Amino acid sequence: MSEHESTYVPKTGVEKWLDTRLPIIRFGADYMSLPTPRNLNYWWTFGGILALCLMTQIVTGIVLAMHYTPHVDLAFASVERIMRDVNGGWLIRYVHANGASMFFIAVYLHMLRGLYYGSYKAPREMIWIIGCVIFFLMIATAFLGYVLPWGQMSFWGAEVITNLIGAIPVIGEPILIWLRGGPAIDNATLNRFFSLHYLLPFAILGCVVLHLWALHSAGQNNPVGILIPADRSKKDMLPFHPYFTLKDGFAIILFLLLFAIFVFYQPNALGHADNYIPANPLQTPAHIVPEWYMLPFYAILRAIPDKFGGVVAMFSAIGVLFVLPWLDTSKVRSMRYRPTMRTFFFIFLVVGVGLGWCGGQLPDAPVIPGLGGVVLLDGNLNSYLWLTRLFTAYYFLFFLVILPFVGLKETPLPIPATISEPVLTGADAMPAFAPASPEKKG
Amino acid sequence: MAETGVIPEGEGDPNRRDFIHIAAGAAAVGAGAMIAWPLINQMNPAADTLALASIEFDLTKVQEGQQVVIKWQGKPVFVRYRTPAELQRVIADDHASDLKQPQTDAERTKPGHEKYLVVVGSCTHLGCVPTFGAGDYGGWFCPCHGSHYDASGRIRKGPAPLNLVVPDYEFASDTRVKIG
Repeated sequence: MSEHESTYVPKTGVEKWLDTRLPIIRFGADYMSLPTPRNLNYWWTFGGILALCLMTQIVTGIVLAMHYTPHVDLAFASVERIMRDVNGGWLIRYVHANGASMFFIAVYLHMLRGLYYGSYKAPREMIWIIGCVIFFLMIATAFLGYVLPWGQMSFWGAEVITNLIGAIPVIGEPILIWLRGGPAIDNATLNRFFSLHYLLPFAILGCVVLHLWALHSAGQNNPVGILIPADRSKKDMLPFHPYFTLKDGFAIILFLLLFAIFVFYQPNALGHADNYIPANPLQTPAHIVPEWYMLPFYAILRAIPDKFGGVVAMFSAIGVLFVLPWLDTSKVRSMRYRPTMRTFFFIFLVVGVGLGWCGGQLPDAPVIPGLGGVVLLDGNLNSYLWLTRLFTAYYFLFFLVILPFVGLKETPLPIPATISEPVLTGADAMPAFAPASPEKKG
Repeated sequence: MAETGVIPEGEGDPNRRDFIHIAAGAAAVGAGAMIAWPLINQMNPAADTLALASIEFDLTKVQEGQQVVIKWQGKPVFVRYRTPAELQRVIADDHASDLKQPQTDAERTKPGHEKYLVVVGSCTHLGCVPTFGAGDYGGWFCPCHGSHYDASGRIRKGPAPLNLVVPDYEFASDTRVKIG
């Protein structure tokens, strides 16, 4: 399904000349005519949305860098100048800041789609692993970018996150000093964070190229999860353009509506008010939280009573995703046909959101106010500390125990031989008199 | 599907699909332009830059026969207090044949304040700052490519095409000038 025949025929003399030297138009044309499973649903549109997010961040970021000054004395003022004096600067900065959140909304949905439909299984392991690399780079880039305005949250976020590295025994402390460029977060830190924040998006872009290359080599997964047999490709596949460009385009419009609501009506809803206070190395804000998209991992960090243990748990929560293709023992890709696993998946979904919620609360606060509760070990059972620990336990159990075990024990539902079968035999089968090729109508 | 509402297509007439294509294309171009505009406009001078567009200068700081160089919008501005001898010479040259851009000295100064000359101190050739008091005409000499200006800032010899530019300015009082 990947090696589809090129249907591009160069028409003009210039195109023919170019085609034998640099077949770039052929590359684009082949991409557009790529056979795509016709049953892709809207969960498959997040790839295009993410591409748009990356381009938005790069373009607005390059523009912001024209006005931003990476110096501890000037950074905060230069950001305020962008907001007040630069033509349209407020818009560009709000798009960039909210764009990061939008990027993470899309990437989490994209990853959950992959998890639900088994898009990480053979022969698509490399697509998934490169995707995990991109996710990790996104977290790093978002963190570095959050430091740049040099507000209170920027400064103390940088303080806390770099201290995570310092928790590593023996080598942690020297690495920490090397990373910060001094004994504390200071101008040297800000300068290198700015440099890296500019660099990493292009590393992400490179990984996206690899991600797409791997995708087009292995072929797209689909909601049924079966590999489409070669003799069915005429019936079960549609060219990428116009069918999926339009579907992606419609999803992008809906996504941009949500984006616009945040940018124009709630531009600071996803941020923290304390970041409009200039960084003060002598006073920590009362309640320090990371951006919402980091909260689940922040919660896992706090769940472990040991400093280094917490860091290991947090990085393992991301690391476990890399080996996911080998943790899932089931040969069935789509959870549509795995009812037992599907239940565990939806619990995982609730747990993931729950971890995010817990990450934003004070650990000692009671989950149910007014209820006494029992003290177990180092905390009250009726506290976010123990709720977080419960969720953290499920997070790791899901990947390390449930996925391998259920795959071996469950009985999946019968899997259709083709992607058309469930449509033609199911209750929602298309009526036979529906127009066969609506694109031919005037 | 009811096809009764479909108008029969004429040969080569645009049909509804063509219309959708054109409408969608036009909407895309419009949206693209709307997105591009703030990204382009941000490179224009910002509000705080524009706020520095005009400055005031106290003329008592210039001695007769001297000039003071001040920075206005990032560029040097010469404020020159000319001696009677210099004034006499530039007025005498008002209609000299070697003027590339003929202007009288009166056209380059404010009435009643002829002794003060205010010009942007960038050579009209390639932007170097001309040297005060040097050159064949007692005005300025540009060290980069050898342009000679007289004490009215008019180009007399060398590669520069135009006279030194007189910025917009006015006298706020007899001793204060507002440039810009």
